[in-house]
Amino acid sequence: MRRTALSALLSHWRRHPLQLVSLLLGLALATALWSGVQAINAEARASYDRAAQVLGQDRLEQLVPSDGQRFSQDVYVTLRRAGWIVSPVVEGRWFRAGHSVQVYGIDPFTAPQGTLPGAVQAGGGIVDFITPPGQAYAAPQTVADLAGQEGLPPLIAAEGMVPGILFTDIGIAQDLLRAPGRISRLLLAQGQPANRPPLAQIAPGLEPRAPQEQADVAQLTGSFHLNLTAFGFLSFAVGLFIVHSAIGLAFEQRRPMFRTLRALGLPLRTLVGLLAAEVMILALIAGLVGIALGYVIAAALLPDVAATLRGLYGATLSGGLSLRPSWWLGGLAIALAGAGVAAAQSLWRLWRLPLLAPAQPRAWARASARGLLRQGGLAAVLAGVAVLAGVFGQGIVAGFVLLGAMLISAALALPGALAVVLAGAERISRGVLAQWFWADTRQQLPGLSLALMALLLALSANIGVGTMVSSFRMTFTEWLDQRLPSELYVTARTEEEAARLRDWLTPRSDAILPIWKVEGPVLGQPAEIYGVADHRTYADNWPMLRAEPDVWQTLARGEGAIVNEQLWRRERLSLGDPVPLPGGVERPLVGVYSDYGNPRGQVIVGLADLVAQFPDLDRRRFAIRTDPAKVPELRAALVADFGLPQDSMIDQVTVKQISLMVFERTFAVTAALNVLTMGVAGLAMFTSLLTLSTMRLPQLAPVWALGLTRGRLARLELGRAMMLAALTMVLAIPVGLLLAWVLLAVVNVAAFGWRLPMHVFPGDWLWLGALALAAAGLAAAWPAWRLARIQPTELLKVFADER
Amino acid sequence: MNARALCTLILGLLLPLPALAQGFAGLGQTADGYALPERGQALEFPRDHGAHPAFRIEWWYLTANLTGPDGQDYGVQWTLFRNALAPGDPGTGWAAATAWMGNAGLTTPRAHYSAMRLGRGGIGQAGVTTTPFAAWIDDWQMHSRAAAGDDPLSVLDLTASGTDFAYALTLTAEGPLVLHGDAGFSVKSASGQASNYYSQPFYRVTGTLTLPDGPVQVTGQAWLDREWSSQPLASDQDGWDWVSLHLDSGAKLMGYRLRGGGGDYAVGTWIAPDGTATPLAPGVLGMTPTRLSRVAGREIPTVWRLTLPRQGLDITVTALQEAAWMDTLIPYWEGPVRVSGSHAGRGYLEMTGYE
Amino acid sequence: MLLSLEQVGKTYVSAGMPVEVLRGVDLCLGRGETVALTGESGSGKSTLLHLCAGLDRADRGHIEVAGHDLTAANDAALAALRRTAVGLVFQQFNLIPSLNVAANLAFQARLAGHEDDAWIKALADRLGLSDLLGRYPEQLSGGQQQRVAIGRTLAARPALILADEPTGNLDEATGDAVLDLMMELVAEAGAGLLMVTHSPRLAARLSRRVHLSGGRLAA
Repeated sequence: MRRTALSALLSHWRRHPLQLVSLLLGLALATALWSGVQAINAEARASYDRAAQVLGQDRLEQLVPSDGQRFSQDVYVTLRRAGWIVSPVVEGRWFRAGHSVQVYGIDPFTAPQGTLPGAVQAGGGIVDFITPPGQAYAAPQTVADLAGQEGLPPLIAAEGMVPGILFTDIGIAQDLLRAPGRISRLLLAQGQPANRPPLAQIAPGLEPRAPQEQADVAQLTGSFHLNLTAFGFLSFAVGLFIVHSAIGLAFEQRRPMFRTLRALGLPLRTLVGLLAAEVMILALIAGLVGIALGYVIAAALLPDVAATLRGLYGATLSGGLSLRPSWWLGGLAIALAGAGVAAAQSLWRLWRLPLLAPAQPRAWARASARGLLRQGGLAAVLAGVAVLAGVFGQGIVAGFVLLGAMLISAALALPGALAVVLAGAERISRGVLAQWFWADTRQQLPGLSLALMALLLALSANIGVGTMVSSFRMTFTEWLDQRLPSELYVTARTEEEAARLRDWLTPRSDAILPIWKVEGPVLGQPAEIYGVADHRTYADNWPMLRAEPDVWQTLARGEGAIVNEQLWRRERLSLGDPVPLPGGVERPLVGVYSDYGNPRGQVIVGLADLVAQFPDLDRRRFAIRTDPAKVPELRAALVADFGLPQDSMIDQVTVKQISLMVFERTFAVTAALNVLTMGVAGLAMFTSLLTLSTMRLPQLAPVWALGLTRGRLARLELGRAMMLAALTMVLAIPVGLLLAWVLLAVVNVAAFGWRLPMHVFPGDWLWLGALALAAAGLAAAWPAWRLARIQPTELLKVFADER
Repeated sequence: MNARALCTLILGLLLPLPALAQGFAGLGQTADGYALPERGQALEFPRDHGAHPAFRIEWWYLTANLTGPDGQDYGVQWTLFRNALAPGDPGTGWAAATAWMGNAGLTTPRAHYSAMRLGRGGIGQAGVTTTPFAAWIDDWQMHSRAAAGDDPLSVLDLTASGTDFAYALTLTAEGPLVLHGDAGFSVKSASGQASNYYSQPFYRVTGTLTLPDGPVQVTGQAWLDREWSSQPLASDQDGWDWVSLHLDSGAKLMGYRLRGGGGDYAVGTWIAPDGTATPLAPGVLGMTPTRLSRVAGREIPTVWRLTLPRQGLDITVTALQEAAWMDTLIPYWEGPVRVSGSHAGRGYLEMTGYE
Repeated sequence: MLLSLEQVGKTYVSAGMPVEVLRGVDLCLGRGETVALTGESGSGKSTLLHLCAGLDRADRGHIEVAGHDLTAANDAALAALRRTAVGLVFQQFNLIPSLNVAANLAFQARLAGHEDDAWIKALADRLGLSDLLGRYPEQLSGGQQQRVAIGRTLAARPALILADEPTGNLDEATGDAVLDLMMELVAEAGAGLLMVTHSPRLAARLSRRVHLSGGRLAA
């Protein structure tokens, strides 16, 4: 019985393959976008987890310097000789000619069991490892990235290592990082001898740190991944509109069949069960297709995401995308859940449908005035939620609640708004045909509303994200000009060379500005502390958001500190608040500056102030002010006369290029998702119009009979679709701008810690509007073409058939 | 102490970094670039108490038989190994090509505790100095408290600790240093492999053991072995049984049996109570296992019969604690023993290569 | 007794007012008997038929079909009864639009779980559908569609056939031909037939006629 009934139900799809395709495609696309984003996130998470496991940091306690600065290895020997079973680690970034890599220097003799990568353990001779030039183990992709770089130990590719890091002996690493005799932290072995002297007594500068299950980078990038997830979800939601409409249509069209089946003795429970099974089968197929597509999307986007994460956060992802069971099972689950949600309403209706209810297909999803009102009410409630989230919400989750509530509210309000506009148009239009056009459009609205809502979402997302990215780009470019006033940046190889370089440059440049910094905890989180020279370059250029009047003089006197916007917002600081520096000194806050693209907190104090507190800091970097025209000449002289390698310097133009490249890549993913969402919305339009067109004949036939040609009707149909798209576009602009505002003023602040001024780009809207019209036109073209070519007998049937 | 066993031991201990171990892989076969012991070259003290970097391998090896206030027997072992990773100047700092390994053991009639430490030589974590004499790795140390002019080894403080035990002992020598073999030139196989080898077997000990149950005051005897070599072992020898015995008569016996090769090779030194050493030529000392025990899944001889006809010695050597297992990655047996038979006494037994 | 109704009553709520459509209907129908049910439009003919088919439930009284008490049966039992014991022929043909003629013919028999290919083939021949088996309902004329509907019902060999104006959508000639065929087949199958019609001409061709008026049956 079930098989017979199921095959009857499924036979519907054979007779309506287009409906089947739109259902499968919608669900597959939705699943693809969602699971593509999930695959990227999962890959990143796996990378972070592996990074967290490096050196067993996820399970071992450590001893870290309380001021965040590297300390003498004598402290290590003292601790060992006092009975503390610790193992030294020196770590830091190694830079050369635009390449950088995280270097871990470890001591294979004392490293706690299981902390070293397998490859390091299985490697070559210990003597080669510990004696210069040493050996460095790295993931194959990292070895490939660093191929040909001078100054590194021989590299050994080791499968399974976290990319972006080098493992080398501590002595070799100290040389690489120019930190002779210094170590960064100590790993504490599990199982320590009893009766050790207390830490405070033998190493007062160190403090224990509990095992960290999460790498710093996982916290830093959390907002970025939430962003991706939100976009994936948006795309999924748009895809579900298609699925919902396709399923709804298929149910409505089969209502006579349902009645017949029940009249022929198929129990309701069985019927509903079979339909649910049917939806699940389709969802399973679509889910599998979607997962395959999602994999392709993820593989295509991953390089950009990886570049973003590296550029923005210094987090390295492995290049490959692995097929994790949790991922594809999750993809299938979301496909099933999505189809379930989309079908729930239809199944519920069927469940409650009296057996003898009229079997005629109702005008599909006919929205009564009451329905529109109810939808409008829901929209108002969601708008209220959005306002509440905006006013009272904190952090990125509230930001996304605001975003989601606002978008859905706008989408829900769309049919009502369009109905009002159309009614108005009908009222003021002259001529019977025009009136019919408006009235008929309004009658069609319910059938198209889902597609139009999808279009609205896609368009507003496009406007919002486009506005945000363009605003960001504009602000960022201006900011780079301010932030990078110096013409040339050089790094000496040694402190001694740095001193000579300074002497050499003094007569050959306008100014030499040291770029000296230390890293350490500020207000509980890692931060950079820079020293700033007393020079008008800063007063002239530095992008201050707020400052006390004589901020630069205050810094020069060592009586204040300025912090970047991120730190200021995160800690809710006010001017005058004390800023504690690593090591315990405090300076009052005298200014805040914008610092885009930097996920960490930053503090700037006077140069002399910094040097006084951190006498061991790295003094090898300088910025050079000179006539921009003389930069090539100066570079050449630095290489030829002074003997500085080319790759020890970088000019302003190149730095800006690199910064902008990082920036563009940051939003490449967003842009790609945007385009895909647009595509899904276009598909929703197309399928809706197509299915509507088959049900439109009874509405069109009388008009045809009254003397309109089929061609005229087709043109009107085309115009109607484009007119609706245009109206939707007009409504999408305010929604999109609101979205941009939320992204700039709420989500970005929560995610990155900076707030950007909003710029408006009406030119982009025109372009987008044209795109929307084109999409609607394309979507309507085929149904219109079919209408133009329809056999008159088909139209006549409408009259013959007393349906 | 057998060098091959040591190699195996280090190989095992360094499993977390077999890279290290490969540096020792050829130890049994060749000594290219390292110094070799020479017959007739006189040892000189205190210089030779210190390290001999030109040689590949060297150890400061102390075993003690101790008694608690209630008459309970205890055994303590303290060893510092020096291993050159490459011939020539080891260098300095982190790059110093010397690996140091410490082994500490504490045996009671009920339990056996052991611990191991590793480190490299160039940064001060481990090493040996002669003036004043000190040998250390981490917080484990053996340092001299001898008066000026006395042999630095005549009074020593000794400490070590593990997660579940610790000890601190003071050792006072009551006899002279003893040179094994031919004035400290000790031949290890029929094919001529040799080491420099001397001992201080006359220590009187007092000190404290820290056990999970609390501290125990102990007194007793101790024996320090000093040995260095570069190629101390024939390639086909695969195991080693070694005893150092304090007989109640005041005499001491050191004997060892190298297994494998062209037959067992058993030699030793008979030390009279006044310190006079008599080398025991191959074939003189009889060493026969008389009982095997199941220890850590292997058959280990824990009771031995030793015979030395010329000294009228026919004794049974019995392990105080059969489970005196050094619980390291490639474990070996080392623990205190009781002596009975023609002579009474106590001492230490070490057995390696029981796979 | 194939079908027996005792004092069956049914009330609808229409525009907020209860309308008592049936006020105590008694009817008996035996094996091989064909009964025409006539009455004015809105007299409750279709309602009565729906009650007999278990498509709807009576408010009062007692209905028994082929020994099964409909008033006591739950929805699943009603559905089972419709599958196995009852055949329905509607005014609207109610074919499955996405299945072809052959599949539609065999549909109910398959649903009931006793498909008899030879019987279905014979039916198709008798109904003149043999050449149309591959077509879809929308490609058939009204008469052809109703013949498929009758064939579908008979293919399952129901004991009781309930027909609601089976020829109402057909012209007179076609309707007569279809009815002839149906009567013939019903007689051959020995089934009982209750047919709603407003045509006295058609009613006269059945073995008995009952008239529904004022919510009650009159012979």
